[in-house]
Amino acid sequence: MSLTLDARIPSGPIETKWDQAKFEMKLVNPSNKRKYSIIVVGTGLAGGSAAASLAELGYNVEAYCYQDSPRRAHSIAAQGGINAAKNYQNDGDSVQRLFYDTVKGGDFRAREANVHRLAEVSVNIIDQCVAQGVPFAREYGGLLANRSFGGAQVSRTFYARGQTGQQLLLGAYQALERQIDAGRVKMYSRHEMLDLIVVDGRARGIVVRDMLTGEIDARVADAVILATGGYGNVFYLSTNAKGCNATAIWRAYKRGAGFANPCFTQIHPTCIPVSGEYQSKLTLMSESLRNDGRIWVPLKGGDTRSPDQIPENERDYYLERMYPAFGNLSPRDISSRAAKRVCDEGRGVGTSGRGVYLDLAEAIGRLGQNTIAERYGNLFEIYERITGEDPYKVPMRIYPASHYTMGGLWVDYHLMSTIPGLFVLGEANFSDHGANRLGASALMQGLADGYFVIPYTLGHFLAQVKPGGVDETHPECVEVKRQVEQRTKGFLAMKGQKTVDEIHRELGLVVWDECGMGRNAQGLDLALQRIPEIREEFWHNVRVPGSGDDLNQELEKAGRVADFLELAELLVRDARVREESCGAHFREEYQTADGEALRDDKNFCHAAVWEYTGENSAPALNKEPLTFENVHLQQRNYK
Amino acid sequence: MKITLHIWRQKDAKSAGRMVRYDAQDVNEHMSFLEMLDVLNQRLIKQGDEPVAFEHDCREGICGCCGFMINGVPHGPMRGTTVCQLHMRHFSDGDELWLEPFRAAAFPVVKDLMVDRSAFDRIIAAGGYVAVNTGSAQDGNAIPIEKQCAEMSMDAAACIGCGACVAACPNASAMLFTAAKISHLGRLPQGQPERDRRALRMLAQMQDEVFGACTNYGECEAVCPKNITLENIARLNQDYLRAALTYREEATAGGGA
Repeated sequence: MSLTLDARIPSGPIETKWDQAKFEMKLVNPSNKRKYSIIVVGTGLAGGSAAASLAELGYNVEAYCYQDSPRRAHSIAAQGGINAAKNYQNDGDSVQRLFYDTVKGGDFRAREANVHRLAEVSVNIIDQCVAQGVPFAREYGGLLANRSFGGAQVSRTFYARGQTGQQLLLGAYQALERQIDAGRVKMYSRHEMLDLIVVDGRARGIVVRDMLTGEIDARVADAVILATGGYGNVFYLSTNAKGCNATAIWRAYKRGAGFANPCFTQIHPTCIPVSGEYQSKLTLMSESLRNDGRIWVPLKGGDTRSPDQIPENERDYYLERMYPAFGNLSPRDISSRAAKRVCDEGRGVGTSGRGVYLDLAEAIGRLGQNTIAERYGNLFEIYERITGEDPYKVPMRIYPASHYTMGGLWVDYHLMSTIPGLFVLGEANFSDHGANRLGASALMQGLADGYFVIPYTLGHFLAQVKPGGVDETHPECVEVKRQVEQRTKGFLAMKGQKTVDEIHRELGLVVWDECGMGRNAQGLDLALQRIPEIREEFWHNVRVPGSGDDLNQELEKAGRVADFLELAELLVRDARVREESCGAHFREEYQTADGEALRDDKNFCHAAVWEYTGENSAPALNKEPLTFENVHLQQRNYK
Repeated sequence: MKITLHIWRQKDAKSAGRMVRYDAQDVNEHMSFLEMLDVLNQRLIKQGDEPVAFEHDCREGICGCCGFMINGVPHGPMRGTTVCQLHMRHFSDGDELWLEPFRAAAFPVVKDLMVDRSAFDRIIAAGGYVAVNTGSAQDGNAIPIEKQCAEMSMDAAACIGCGACVAACPNASAMLFTAAKISHLGRLPQGQPERDRRALRMLAQMQDEVFGACTNYGECEAVCPKNITLENIARLNQDYLRAALTYREEATAGGGA
């Protein structure tokens, strides 16, 4: 164990930690801020809001994204909503309760102090977004509307139809464009970060590839922020965008940043099932549908009648049966596993048998088609476009799919990784969701990190370092750039037989089968044997056409898949050594009599932080112990 | 089913392009249009050819990356649908399709079916925002907004910035895109203080980017995958006219004590 894992959690009662921390932080005087430069990689909710907010403060910001515009980041696809402890509904919500729900929902594997801060600033996020002109849903009286999400018994989710992520991202994007126009942010679209530059133990820059010209360059700054999202595409099929990748965080890991809890991957219960071999991605049907939808399968296996021919008493509304208190709004991990279980029993629906019904007929009868259309119209349209079936008439078929990754680079309370000067925001870090994220909390965390945390904590860091001192000619910059160029040439030189997608698909199947919703030692050992074999094949037999001097989408994919092939092994290794079940990490050997996750708090109440030790050398496991002083450790109960 | 494709191939912005014929075999009705191209590309790579470059990311119709012409129509024949959400069940065996990039002077071709739409970002940067720094907001419920206003604002805010409106317009005008942002913000109380400035600046930027003017063809509305309506353009014209008559950029700034 050699990583120093000082979480820098402020002292004092949990309610005052953040206030105290803000007061104790050093400040950079306004006229000095413009002497500092900051690189922000990724322009989703976390990166976009951070870049805009830091530029407003007066720092020089360079922002990078691989898409053609910062507005395209995958935050845009988030559908359902954003949580905030406003208690506008007078239904018993509070900062304390959002904090409690999040810690419990995460199955006691998150850091209490971070989660409390998240709950505190959640209310500021809504205010900020409203002021930007985000068109949140309103009641007739003109005030903000709310709905419910899984894992909560209060209505605290703010939304803009089924396009909440889009509207929040456009808010952040517009704030960012305003700073670009003002000259305080330099925006580099179609640029992909391919490595991190560390000088004298401090993150000082990145190596990027201009995706149009193929040019590879080193860029330096006084601090680097990664807001590059999660690694859900390690499963190949996921609800992530096709371009979502782990290269930025994986390269940072290989330069010394600890990687925490890689095995905490969320499988979302409500996605449209796979239809064939050619499938390129999976589409989510927002969890908000579970507000009004009822999930069921036929009571008996092998029932091939059409759903309208199956009478009520021959249907099994299994979530309502198994978890009467939360019913169809049970947390994601629990709902996903329940769906897998009924399909494993042979009661799944659809041609593949891997599907369950999400039925809104009862709600349509109760509220009328217009109300349902107003709430979920665009989701119904998406479903109909993809499946050719009309969900107003036939119940939707859904099945779980890879959606979000709670694991990520380890960060302290200041969102700084184990490399000084390298900060990690949003899904790319591991901080707030423990072993399972609650619905509508990803948007909250991304914006909390970008708007309300990093402007303080980064200032504190910068106040303690001198600006500048390193430029692109520094030997370390030259060396890292050389390594990236060499690697890029390596992909093009192979001229093998398999396409990048074929290998990615193979990898995805192994990770999904052995390290998806259910995991056991035998399967994980098998995966630990298979993944290096697939990686070996990649490095001998992949074919990347074209050249490195212009736009080459296959080359881009090759670099990302090469990193997934390494990350997958760490993910499985982490799942193998965590010999307990918690949240989304379900080890079949460790379950209660009725099939629920059985935690082992004595041995595993920690964040597992992996440290890179070199090629062909096993990564080292470091542990950050987690203490629960405010929410008492208990088995989650949603019954 | 079998589909014959004629696809625009162009190495980069400087090279000339041409149509190349491909046969897409074994097309399954449940495939999306892009998945059909994925399958074609896998075959091209295995044959040692360069795959067709096309822009895509979320593949669920919200990021706005995808978009090209199918038989002269942006995003293809289904109304209110991006090409990533278009499925092959809407085509028949033996169909012959011509795929081309969006054509507009303001959208130079990058490669094959990909174009450069960064002009849209610059239009937003010119004024498509509410200038509110982080941390200075009042309580969200301090500004009641009529439900209908919020809904109409949301209708306009649904724009994904794909550029289909420009590609469909005989003038290659970006009026629908620009108008969508004007309406999104102009329908809300938060958008009022900068309403005049926004209209003037965004429209000036649109002209600087060599987009054409609007002459009310209405093609943009017909192809918009998010069903953004022409009435937004009426609203933009109204805002622009009013601003042009009455708005002045800031008066001389006075120095504080």
